[in-house]
Amino acid sequence: MNLTLKVWRQNGPGDAGRMVTYQVTDVSPDMSFLEMLDVLNERLILEGDDPVAFDHDCREGICGMCGMVINGVAHGEQRATTTCQLHMRHFEDGATVTIEPWRAAPFPVIKDLVVDRGSFDRIIQAGGFVSVPAGSAPDAHSVPVKKENADAAFDAATCIGCGACVAACPNGSASLFTGAKITHLGLLPQGQPERDSRALAMVEQMDLEGFGGCTNTGECTAVCPKGISLDVIAQMNRDYLKAAK
Amino acid sequence: MNYTTGEPIRDTKAPAGPIEDRWDTRRFSAKLVNPANKRKLTVIVVGTGLAGGSAAATLGELGYKVKSFCYQDSPRRAHSIAAQGGINAAKNYRGDGDSIHRLFYDTVKGGDFRARESNVYRLAQVSVNIIDQAVAQGVPFAREYGGLLDTRSFGGAQVSRTFYARGQTGQQLLLGAYQALERQIAAGTVEMHTRHEMLDLVISGGRARGVIVRDLVTGEIETHLADAVVLATGGYGNVFFLSTNAKGCNTTAIWRAHRRGAYFGNPCYTQIHPTCIPVSGEYQSKLTLMSESLRNDGRVWVPVTAGDSRAPGDIPESDRDYYLERIYPAFGNLVPRDIASRAAKNVCDEGRGVGPGGLGVYLDFADAIARLGRDAVEKKYGNLFEMYERITGEDPYTRPMRIYPAVHYTMGGLWVDYDLQSTIPGLFVIGEANFSDHGANRLGASALMQGLADGYFVLPTTIGDYLAGGPFGEVGKADVDEALGQVTGKIGRLLSVGGTRTADSFHRELGKLMWDHCGMERTEEGLRKALERIPELREEFWNNVKVPGDEEGLNQALERAGRVADFFDLAELMCLDALHRTESCGGHFRAESQTEDGEALRDDDGFAYVAAWEYGQDGTPVLHKEELDYEYVKMTQRSYK
Repeated sequence: MNLTLKVWRQNGPGDAGRMVTYQVTDVSPDMSFLEMLDVLNERLILEGDDPVAFDHDCREGICGMCGMVINGVAHGEQRATTTCQLHMRHFEDGATVTIEPWRAAPFPVIKDLVVDRGSFDRIIQAGGFVSVPAGSAPDAHSVPVKKENADAAFDAATCIGCGACVAACPNGSASLFTGAKITHLGLLPQGQPERDSRALAMVEQMDLEGFGGCTNTGECTAVCPKGISLDVIAQMNRDYLKAAK
Repeated sequence: MNYTTGEPIRDTKAPAGPIEDRWDTRRFSAKLVNPANKRKLTVIVVGTGLAGGSAAATLGELGYKVKSFCYQDSPRRAHSIAAQGGINAAKNYRGDGDSIHRLFYDTVKGGDFRARESNVYRLAQVSVNIIDQAVAQGVPFAREYGGLLDTRSFGGAQVSRTFYARGQTGQQLLLGAYQALERQIAAGTVEMHTRHEMLDLVISGGRARGVIVRDLVTGEIETHLADAVVLATGGYGNVFFLSTNAKGCNTTAIWRAHRRGAYFGNPCYTQIHPTCIPVSGEYQSKLTLMSESLRNDGRVWVPVTAGDSRAPGDIPESDRDYYLERIYPAFGNLVPRDIASRAAKNVCDEGRGVGPGGLGVYLDFADAIARLGRDAVEKKYGNLFEMYERITGEDPYTRPMRIYPAVHYTMGGLWVDYDLQSTIPGLFVIGEANFSDHGANRLGASALMQGLADGYFVLPTTIGDYLAGGPFGEVGKADVDEALGQVTGKIGRLLSVGGTRTADSFHRELGKLMWDHCGMERTEEGLRKALERIPELREEFWNNVKVPGDEEGLNQALERAGRVADFFDLAELMCLDALHRTESCGGHFRAESQTEDGEALRDDDGFAYVAAWEYGQDGTPVLHKEELDYEYVKMTQRSYK
């Protein structure tokens, strides 16, 4: 396959950035999207050009590190897929593909397609945990958990923190990410003692970081590689309102 | 490459006495640090996976000043996150006869009698606390309808002791540790440095006192000093280029520590996982694991005749060889990882492999679908089937999956004593980065257990004994300058070569060489060939690599080149270790050492020891042997027939 790539190039946070066009040839349909970029980068290095910087690590859809907007969609058009699990067989030979970084003020661009998602860590720092020092835990069977709750908590806990939800949201809201953690811990008995303070602190931190509010457009869940449901946002709002009373 | 033999290692610091009392004895004898003094002590933890993340969080809770480093953009991305299957613990919640002693026994036997009894027993003891800790943190383990924890059996064990969170146990446990770590960051006890890579160790007054790191965003080289350093930097399977490891996993931190005096234990012990999606082309950057649980229902086969290129559906039963069921009737498709891997290699070597390049075997669900119905199979394995379909473009419901073994986990690593301290005082090594608990082969669901045992429970106790002797005073400026000079010199050298090949192209070639000669099957001839070729390739690398850009700012090509440079040196030591060990054990199969029917043949009289390699200052490695004694588990040949 041959493709025309339009890639966002930006030297650093202070640089204005621009789209640059590259031709790639000999793309195999079996390649992952990131492997296609590897091939481009190998060529750029040998030609003495600066290779395209992009984040990636596990390349099996779970670490959440890779992330780019492909043809206007976070992680590309295939649903419930990370960029590393997107394969070139989904593209037409001769197609033009645009590749951009996540665009949101709380995710400043470091270089090219690499952005800083430290704001997500700070939201977790605000209260996305259960306070339990090592060695002080009771026997695991001392607190039973309803299977339905454990399963629902797991569904929310599958969030990989990639940031696609923010990139897709017209408001740049982090509500799906924050709601997922609040829902995960709020469904378990272990999460109850800190439930109110958690909701208040995490929502406040989300605002402090500059993420926008949620207006239920649903773009976040449409692009979420783990299919996290909008329900978690409703849960976050309920917990927040109850705690703020 | 030559080596010399040095003094044997006689004292591992494990207490004497009954094995079940040893950890208690050690804990009681360990010196304690007064809470007011903990605040004056700084510990550096490099790596934020299950071991490093849990260690940094726990040390922070205890009151030490902690500095944590990872190369990713967030500690939540460490590769522990990719582990699928589960975590073992001797809870005996099922009442099926499990016990600490049985988990200990299975692990020692599974490691092919090349692990330490004292360490493994402690691991089994502590496993119980790990589950309690994770549940209290809100890790959403699978539950029964009665609200209690569900378990399953795994990796050949006859009891049901594996706790799991669907196919994402690693992710959920890591997020538990990550959240504990973030809590400490917020509390100010842990100072987090993401996108930082450790490039050297600072030693002063004979003790590990700090690290030299590169800020991957600015390119700045920084010095961080402490009273002790903990390495939790994972395994080095990426030396093979293609592996199931995350792309960024590397050996630099432990290799530079090795060059500064830390012994390297059993470098050649590599675990090969039998069920990975095969390589599809030259461009391929990594391999993806298919959960071992698929072999519960899938049947493995290849055509009887070499070169049979018919589509699988056109090959009648009479022309198929269900080779695992044929050779190992008792265990069939569920033989352990090392056995299944080598059997697949053998049939492919006979020319009977399937798929592109003939490096693959079929994992067929046709019988299971006929027996259980497609719906039932979909319920059990649906997500895995979908993953396979995404990567290969083939539908595993109508066409058998193709699988092939791949490099998965390294049992070798820096040598540590019972306290998890390396041969450099003040340098502790935990998780996959050390060599200690798995012997020559790792059982399924044991890696998560070791990472968390080390990080939550073992290290926080043993490091206190060391730190009770601190604070250790000023660090010599000359020592820091020397380490800084090494680091900047190496970066400068990489950037100035200006050759015609990329670092990745060298890495690919090195990886192929290692897979061919130091992979699933090793021969003296092959290893000698590799030992001849590696130095040539390394020399070409240093004369012909092309690294674009400069040392400032984000330069991913520079990061990669530095790691590849270290892989060359490690590869050489791995081959040397494999060459000297003229026995087969675990994932290390020496073709010259096999039974009449082709099984791995251990040599307990000759090799029941840990090979701990010292970096020879004149370039000649020094081998120190630590004899392994088995008082509680009798050494026997493993048989699965």
